[in-house]
Amino acid sequence: MKQTFAIAIGGAAGQGVATPGDIFAKIFSRRGLHLNAYNAYQSIIRGGHTFLTIRTGPEKVTNMGDRIDLLIPLNQDSVDRHLGLLTEGAACVYNAETIKPGAAVDGVQLCPLPVSKLADITRNKVAQNTLAVGAALSMAGVGFKALEEVLTEQFKKKGDAVVAENVGIARAGYEYASANFKPFPRPLPMTENRYAVMSGNIAMAMGGAAAGVKFYCAYPMSPSTGVLHWMAAHARKAGIMVRQVEDEIGVVNMAIGAAHAGARSMCATSGGGFALMSEGLGLSAMMETPVVVIDCQRAGPSTGVPTKTEQGDLWQMLGAAFGDYPRVIACPLDIADSFKIIAEIFNIADRFQCPGIVLSDLLLSEGRLSVDPKDLDFAPVIDRGELITAPEANGNGGYKRYKITMSGVSPRAIPGVAGHTHTAASDEHDEDGVLISDEFTNPTKRRAMMEKRMRKVAGIAAAVPPPELGGPADADVTLIGWGSTKGVIEEACEILTEQGIPANQLQIRWLVPLHGDAIVNILKNARHTIIVENNYSGQFARYLRSETSFVPDGHIRKYDGEPFMPHHIVNAVKEQLAGKSKLSVPEHEVLV
Amino acid sequence: MATALSPQWQVTMADLKGKVEPDWCPGCGDFGVLAAVEKALVELQIPNHNVVTISGIGCSSNFPGFINTYGMHTLHGRALAVATGVKLANHDLTVLVTGGDGDGFGIGGNHFMHTMRRNVDLLYIVMDNQIYGLTTGQTSPTSRVGMKTKSMPFGNIEAPVNPISMALAAGATFIARGFSAEQKHLTELIKQGIQHKGFSFLDVFSPCVTYNHDNTYQWFRPRVKKLEDDAAYDPRDWVAAMEKSLLWGDEIPIGKFFERTDLPALHAAEPVLESGPLVHGECRIAPDVTRSFVQELM
Repeated sequence: MKQTFAIAIGGAAGQGVATPGDIFAKIFSRRGLHLNAYNAYQSIIRGGHTFLTIRTGPEKVTNMGDRIDLLIPLNQDSVDRHLGLLTEGAACVYNAETIKPGAAVDGVQLCPLPVSKLADITRNKVAQNTLAVGAALSMAGVGFKALEEVLTEQFKKKGDAVVAENVGIARAGYEYASANFKPFPRPLPMTENRYAVMSGNIAMAMGGAAAGVKFYCAYPMSPSTGVLHWMAAHARKAGIMVRQVEDEIGVVNMAIGAAHAGARSMCATSGGGFALMSEGLGLSAMMETPVVVIDCQRAGPSTGVPTKTEQGDLWQMLGAAFGDYPRVIACPLDIADSFKIIAEIFNIADRFQCPGIVLSDLLLSEGRLSVDPKDLDFAPVIDRGELITAPEANGNGGYKRYKITMSGVSPRAIPGVAGHTHTAASDEHDEDGVLISDEFTNPTKRRAMMEKRMRKVAGIAAAVPPPELGGPADADVTLIGWGSTKGVIEEACEILTEQGIPANQLQIRWLVPLHGDAIVNILKNARHTIIVENNYSGQFARYLRSETSFVPDGHIRKYDGEPFMPHHIVNAVKEQLAGKSKLSVPEHEVLV
Repeated sequence: MATALSPQWQVTMADLKGKVEPDWCPGCGDFGVLAAVEKALVELQIPNHNVVTISGIGCSSNFPGFINTYGMHTLHGRALAVATGVKLANHDLTVLVTGGDGDGFGIGGNHFMHTMRRNVDLLYIVMDNQIYGLTTGQTSPTSRVGMKTKSMPFGNIEAPVNPISMALAAGATFIARGFSAEQKHLTELIKQGIQHKGFSFLDVFSPCVTYNHDNTYQWFRPRVKKLEDDAAYDPRDWVAAMEKSLLWGDEIPIGKFFERTDLPALHAAEPVLESGPLVHGECRIAPDVTRSFVQELM
């Protein structure tokens, strides 16, 4: 098993859980360590319970893992909820003056900090947090200098005195721990690598900037708002027009307007906002104006659980807008992929003049991951497809915007180009854009236009690679997942294989087009197949069955708002291989 | 893509003739609006490829198909949102938005309010016939109290909206009302609306000869009074405009209610557009800038 180290910080919103988290993340990534951070939180600005897990290690860390090595509870509630999760070898660093930890299992080290003796708590309200950070790093074998550096950066805007005060408090915590607590047996290693730490939202926003997005608009909605925040903050440097719009109906239509005029346009929302955009997607398809919409899924239906994750929007994406039309739906597999996938889907949307949907979820959107800067290609291929941006030298005046072609794609002139005036209509229209919907509907023309648009489906399928099997070719069990579950399924497969149950993985990245034949070809040789997904009804399982008639041997589903942990999958696989169940719904033991 | 015109190039009425004849009912007020828009574009000599006419859904929203400019015939109520996107992506274009009272004040009411406060540089022409025509005669947001329609057969009991007062309250920077039967006057208002640098709202009485038997040409003709005929009226005076907007009955003002020119249009207030329209710019971001994006995260 690979070496990882997980720190969990729990407290009420407003108690300052985020800052220690950021400090740890910076120190780990600068040490050349990978990390994954997941924050379980609630829709509240002050109060409630927030639980941040940061897992780090020299190899790729793709999920929050199963084990907490160090717990930092900032209040009594947090220790009550989580102390029971600690197993032998773990430690809990806490404020001895405000928290009574209760009994932990044998082998768990309780580390009380005499906070008011180590720091002036009347001056510094978050002294306990800073002391705990110092103590944690001492126990993890990280030199104090790294912490001093990060704190100096963090507080330098507030002046030298504030820097000195915070560094002093951190040092007191560090030294107190060195003298009084037992360090972890394996100090955190160092590597020569350096990583950027980012959320999926930032990755998608930067991916958009790299892909040549020039127009971004949105209405704030968790968990997609991070895309808007990055875009707004970097708009001027990146030359991107960013607008906050009155509602998501306005968002998608504004994006379509900008796209129609020739700018690559993107918007992001969550399921509720996406529902409002649905009619607009049909407009994009009918006018053949490419636009990319990101849906960051959260637990539904309705307002649902706004701060919790789910993969529950698949059928909304598949069925969005009435009528048949070509669409592309992609789901990034991790945070680095969230960057990469944006340029890919824009190229397809532009080439085939259709809407593209990126299906992320809270786990990726708001989770954070260490990403190798080499994986962030700011000069990806940009293929705008057949776009006419200047009058053609030999233009004969016979331009037909919706010319019937073998590929179904018709060259698209943007407004402003002389000799190409036409009307793009949401009504069914003829090759030259004239409506055939009202005065003289015409079944022959309607059929021809419908078939023209739908011919693009074959081209889109050819432009997207089929999925591939990951892990050992010969396995006792094949786990099938889509999107954000890639990392946790991968780790579950590694654990199963180590425990004598060879396991491999088929992770789906392109939902439409699906490449059903290729999937069935892979799965027909599998000994035991299980579909793993973060929803109640098995949305992907039902979709796969509808497209291919494939029925797996079992299902693992989770719909409690929290992401899978590796042991959830490992235990469920064992249960199913033993014939005890065909549908496992793991219980989330972390109460957040 | 502003293409330079050769000196001989002239925009004529023939250039603006659409691919099909309008399919409005004979006598529909919308014919007058179409003619006035064409006259205005010819008088202003704006090349048709630099004009985008954008509409929602409804009888009057069929407008883009009847004029030879770039056109977008979008969704019911969404024309202003689409138009905002077009203008922000390429502010060299002249953007006209055309539609009806149901499209603009009913289903599109939210976008109407916000597009006005944003001061997006476009001309929004509402062909206001106080009825839903294409759906065969239901009450609209501007139908008077008591009006009998298929959806309110015992008479409307809801107060109508006042588009002019709404536009004043929402911060539109050019607000006017025309009458489809007053061609010269209407053409002049359209020209002014196009030339105004900001959001121009033009509410046009455009009688529905099929479904609205209350607000007919005969009903409007004796009532409309041109604000321009009142030498004392100052369209820079917002309070006076608000007072005029409340007049309804024997005397109904038409003409320019209000204009202010001291506020920048949205595209002019946005530093990102200082170097020119988005669609003409470089797609790629300079490597040193992208490096700084990554560096922030390390």
